[in-house]
Amino acid sequence: MHYIFDGTYYGWLTCVFEAFERKEFEARPISVDRYIPDMFAVDRTITTSTDKAMRVSKGLAMRLDKKSRMDFYRAFLFEDEAVWQAAFYLCIEIFRGNTAILSNYGNDAVLKFSEALHKVSRERHRMKAFVRFQRAADGMFFAVVEPDFNVLPLIITFFTNRYTDQPWIIYDLKRKYGIYWDKIRVTEVQLNEGDSTAMMQSSTVVSLDTQEEYYTNLWQQYFKSTNIKARRNMKLHLRHVPKRYWKYLPEKQFGNIKS
Amino acid sequence: MITNIFSIFVLKNTLSMDRLEEKLKILADAAKYDVSCSSSGSKRKNVGGIGDASSSGICHTYTEDGRCVSLLKILLTNHCIYDCAFCVSRKSNDIQRAAFTVEEVVKLTMNFYRRNYIEGLFLSSGIFKNADYTMERLLKIVKKLRLEERYNGYIHLKTIPGASDEMIREAGLYVDRMSINLEMPTEKGLQLMAPEKDHESVKKPLHFINQQIQALKHESKLIKHKPSFVPAGQSTQMVIGATPENDFEIMSVADTFYKDYNLKRVYYSGYIPIQNDHSLLPQIGSKPPLVRENRLYQTDWLLRFYGFQLDEILNPTFQHLDLEIDPKLSWALRNPHVFPVDINTADYKMIIRIPGVGRQSALKIIQARKFGRLHEYQIKKMGIAFNRARHFMRCADSPFQLGYTSMEAVRAKIVQKNPAKAAIVNSSQLNLFS
Repeated sequence: MHYIFDGTYYGWLTCVFEAFERKEFEARPISVDRYIPDMFAVDRTITTSTDKAMRVSKGLAMRLDKKSRMDFYRAFLFEDEAVWQAAFYLCIEIFRGNTAILSNYGNDAVLKFSEALHKVSRERHRMKAFVRFQRAADGMFFAVVEPDFNVLPLIITFFTNRYTDQPWIIYDLKRKYGIYWDKIRVTEVQLNEGDSTAMMQSSTVVSLDTQEEYYTNLWQQYFKSTNIKARRNMKLHLRHVPKRYWKYLPEKQFGNIKS
Repeated sequence: MITNIFSIFVLKNTLSMDRLEEKLKILADAAKYDVSCSSSGSKRKNVGGIGDASSSGICHTYTEDGRCVSLLKILLTNHCIYDCAFCVSRKSNDIQRAAFTVEEVVKLTMNFYRRNYIEGLFLSSGIFKNADYTMERLLKIVKKLRLEERYNGYIHLKTIPGASDEMIREAGLYVDRMSINLEMPTEKGLQLMAPEKDHESVKKPLHFINQQIQALKHESKLIKHKPSFVPAGQSTQMVIGATPENDFEIMSVADTFYKDYNLKRVYYSGYIPIQNDHSLLPQIGSKPPLVRENRLYQTDWLLRFYGFQLDEILNPTFQHLDLEIDPKLSWALRNPHVFPVDINTADYKMIIRIPGVGRQSALKIIQARKFGRLHEYQIKKMGIAFNRARHFMRCADSPFQLGYTSMEAVRAKIVQKNPAKAAIVNSSQLNLFS
């Protein structure tokens, strides 16, 4: 049986609550946008409830340390049904008293869960590394990214701690939302269709600071000069900087580089 | 007519490269042979300005040689009073010279940092006039960044050999890491390449800074708000393959320096030929010893994280690392009496000695076996190199074996499975050292 939820973390937590309420431990959570109706199956639509979600969250807090509790949120951001299913199963096991299960790496669900965590963590690290700000004429620093997983919520603290004295926006083009820091607080922002294509062709529409191209050039020059040709190793280069990230890395745009 | 167009084109091109860009080109190129690019180990916080240090370090990009770009790595100047044969900036080398102003370095660092291009600055310099004069300029940059720009990002500063203790101590209060390079692994090698230098002038500041760090560590138990002093510690670098030292000599030096000066890292930099005028140096065109460099780093890791003692890996009767296989595997093949290790009962420190099993997988094994004896199909999924590891371990369902398998046969099987590395070794490495 599928549990159809709204695709939010609270929705997923509500699924866990409902599973206990109805003793439907075999349920498989799936988000409404991925759900394909099957006329022979009896599926259940789960209505997200903050109260129920909070009760599950508190229940986990009583049974797990903070890191493991947060792991459920991080694994959720992997945005994959099989991982949601594994996490759902683990959650149920924990509430049934099997609190140590997360370290049982001989168990397939635990492995699935820890692999997802590993990948989310790697993507989070990549976003700390690969975000490239451009300075707009009004002093705003903005960056566009397309991460494999929904990791923006996991990098907020990193960027607010570091770039405290400048306003910035990091926009996830794939998921169509961004995080905006105004030097006081972070808010979630959504751009309308017209604006988001404007961000993509940033240099033509958003008016850039006059110095922006100058520093992009300097950075490209640096990237080129610090390379040692005699050690060329493209296999290693590609492993660390996969091609799908090049689009937003100025050092990988060799349009106007002078040697 | 055609030449005319051509000359206009060239003229335009030179005009469009501004002076700062040209300096950056020269001084980044001159700094790139310093391989350290680590930005880890510091916990500097953002105190009302911009920037902080990420304790795990971040590589913001990688160059086409596969090396991490974490810091803006530049020389303040490539003018130098020394004439070290292995160095591109040596006095007698006919190259373009340049020098940044203090303001230029600050401007580059801040503008790169604000765009999240870099984790921070790695500042080194050729020696102009004298050591203190050079150190003073470096210190000026560091202080301007910290005090005027309120910059709390990472700074790695080269210690200039011969600079005064006062100057070094002051620098240590503002930077995250300091380093000073041994250049050649032994005094004898250094004498061949750089007669004006010696290891003593490297040991002295390493010792001085280490003393300050240790003293502060002791004090910090007594006082609450301790001043930070080189929080990410010290490192050094040795050039490999320019002089004839063998791996045992190299790693003995590294081992001693780790122990004597509490170094965070020793870097091994495969020599890249830059000149043909020195008959003892590998000539331009010969390949850098990349596989050997890799084996040295693996050895370094075994010493620091895997509980190995140097004499287990290298000793007077075994002075060269096997280029074809990694040093852990090589050790295992020489010590068949230790294997197979039973992963269901053995200690963590024995499990990490199994070739193909890393520290993370070892931890997983230790945790998972509390839930029941582990079988091969479970181990395979834990991220280990099973094809290598299987010869050296026993799982719950491993077939019982009478006696040892010949280690020669095991080696042949493993090398056969991974012929790529062996090919690189045979084509480019051996001829350099034969």
